[in-house]
Amino acid sequence: MLEIRNLHASVAGNEILRGINLVINKGEMHAIMGPNGSGKSTLAKVLAGHPAYEVTQGEVIYEGKNLLEMPTDERARAGIFMAFQYPIEVPGVSNAQFLRLAYNERQKHRGEEELDPLEFKDLLKERAKLVQMDASFMSRSVNEGFSGGEKKRNEILQMAVLEPRLAILDETDSGLDIDALRIVADGVNKLHTAENATIVVTHYQRLLNYIVPDFVHVLAAGRIAREGGKELALELEEKGYDWITKASTANASTNGTSIAVG
Amino acid sequence: MISEATKSQGSYQNAFQTLQANGAGPQRVPWIERLRESAMERFEQLGFPAVQEEEWKYTNVAQIVRAGFLPLTATGEVSAAVGEQQLAAFTYPEARASQLVFVDGLLRSELSSLTGLPEGIKAVDFATALASDPFSELLREYLGRIVDYGDNGFTALNTAFIGSGALVVIPKGLAVETPLQLLFLSSSTKANLAAFPRVLVIAEENSSATIIESYNSVGADSYFTNAVVEIVLKDGARLEHYRVQDESTESFHIANTRADLGRNSSYETTSINLGAKLSRHDLSVVMDHEGAECRVDGLYIIGEGQHTDTHSVIDHKQPHCTSHQLYKGILDGKSRAVFNGKVFVRHGALGTDANQTNKNLLLSNEAHVDTKPQLEIFADDVKCAHGAAIGQLDEDELFYLESRGIHSDLARNLLTYGFAEEVIVRIKVESIKTQLDEAVLNRLHARLEA
Ligand SMILES: Nc1ncnc2c1ncn2[C@@H]1O[C@H](COP(=O)(O)OP(=O)(O)OP(=O)(O)O)[C@@H](O)[C@H]1O
Ligand SMILES: [Mg+2]
Repeated sequence: MLEIRNLHASVAGNEILRGINLVINKGEMHAIMGPNGSGKSTLAKVLAGHPAYEVTQGEVIYEGKNLLEMPTDERARAGIFMAFQYPIEVPGVSNAQFLRLAYNERQKHRGEEELDPLEFKDLLKERAKLVQMDASFMSRSVNEGFSGGEKKRNEILQMAVLEPRLAILDETDSGLDIDALRIVADGVNKLHTAENATIVVTHYQRLLNYIVPDFVHVLAAGRIAREGGKELALELEEKGYDWITKASTANASTNGTSIAVG
Repeated sequence: MISEATKSQGSYQNAFQTLQANGAGPQRVPWIERLRESAMERFEQLGFPAVQEEEWKYTNVAQIVRAGFLPLTATGEVSAAVGEQQLAAFTYPEARASQLVFVDGLLRSELSSLTGLPEGIKAVDFATALASDPFSELLREYLGRIVDYGDNGFTALNTAFIGSGALVVIPKGLAVETPLQLLFLSSSTKANLAAFPRVLVIAEENSSATIIESYNSVGADSYFTNAVVEIVLKDGARLEHYRVQDESTESFHIANTRADLGRNSSYETTSINLGAKLSRHDLSVVMDHEGAECRVDGLYIIGEGQHTDTHSVIDHKQPHCTSHQLYKGILDGKSRAVFNGKVFVRHGALGTDANQTNKNLLLSNEAHVDTKPQLEIFADDVKCAHGAAIGQLDEDELFYLESRGIHSDLARNLLTYGFAEEVIVRIKVESIKTQLDEAVLNRLHARLEA
């Protein structure tokens, strides 16, 4: 479904991603972990097409197409979805209005029927159950005045409405209380099928008790420094990242690339 | 050598002479004649405002001066027929049976309808008002006494050409639910026509009403609208006042509105500026009685080649008055907006609560805004705030919408709408809201086609 080859990306002239390689097949659940600032969100945003990030090397193939050539909105219609680590507030645009537009854009793209506001309301009501979100959030402006946890839930609600093929959830668990974490994790599990793939970015092993990954990747200084199964997360929980980042630096310097690790 | 301004002034003088010789109806009433003469005299002294004047620094009216617009009364021509169907496009459904229609400045009773209004409310042209006692007295008491023509050449000119204006009187204690629309239409069939709309609204004690004042044209020619609206709110009166300026983008629109607020009265107004090549609105709200409150909203949406200027004065003269002003602007193409808002809190106006905000959204690199909110406080124990902002669409917000599959153009449009929504949402007449939704949407279509 997705193949990332030697991906390098910079923001504001600083190289953040320094050669990422990653293959994701449909039906798979991947977890990406790694220290603060290692480039997890950058990777997610590059995949979603954020204009501030410049890809300087490498390629990304999504369902046989060159993903990097597609504009953001086209990627989304092709099934890529990123749940933001920090969801954006959009004043003056209601959640329901926004979600219906997004939903209809996707329907149009697929040649399927668009929904009018009333029809969409029913769909939204049904999907909102998945994350146990109150209907009163639908008439409010997108994320405006939402609590941290409410914003995260709203991201998963959007995912439930748009039914992406590849979902990248950037720290959706942080900011959620214990009950909300379970609800959201449940929702993500329900949305995960043999036909789609999910990447969860997280700092906490706790989430992976609910969402069990097939693969765990550890990002350090813009590269994947370690990969393994779900047991790798447990090991990280125990030992921290130190042992990996050190190994990664040593590894990098033998390649003749200089990497600054803080 | 005679300057353009002098020449143009001269042609208005000639038009005035013609009117003196041939005028009829209200123009022949002695006190109105005196008012008009003294206004003409003032206009001759003031002339047209020049960019050297602080208040007109950013708005150059040379094009209006040069074009030599003349009123219908001076040309002896008649307006083109305006069909009901044409009219429907400019009538708000809520006011279908409560509208006065003026074409090129003159009342057209065959196009007007007042059957939807309750008994007691008076909405008539000056000629009718002058024919019945209490109303002719009211007219005499207030006409030309609210707005000051002494320092604004355009206002003086309007006053000099008073003829077929509208008088609206909402009697004591009457609550009028149905909005009344005053529609000023330009027929645009005669070149270089000037219209001088004039309105006097008197909301008596504890009455309440909604008035929609709107400006449209059936053609796309160049013409000149110079409007003056005077509003008096007696104690406890409540008025909702919408002003929708959607003139042809080839036209010029100059207007002066003033509202005097009585004790514990409430004035809520929204000024919408969409049309005209050049528009200027002077708005004053004067609170010279305790406990008055006003909400003064505005929305200007302009594009290529348009210029809009709002100069407002909100004057707190007595204690415990409240004013909230929010003006938002959306500028596209090569366009320019000016916002100059003065809020005065006079000596002794304790307990004043005043805030003023002007925010602008620039959709193009060629759009330009000059904004100057000013707060002048001469009293203690007041709560005042003001601010201005000029910005562009937020890149992260755009990315967020696009990352959900919304096309880039639609995303921009949605954010633009989101910007305007704060003003739109407070409008209580549903069809004005719809009109604005579409105005924002049409901008998108224009861009897609371009
Ligand atoms: N727009 C930007 N401008 C400048 N620096 C940026 C920008 N975006 C990211 N960075 C830098 O890139 C590096 C990687 O950031 P990123 O957000 O990808 O880290 P992360 O792995 O998601 O961290 P966290 O675990 O804290 O979320 C950081 O050093 C960050 O400061
Ligand atoms: Mg991050």
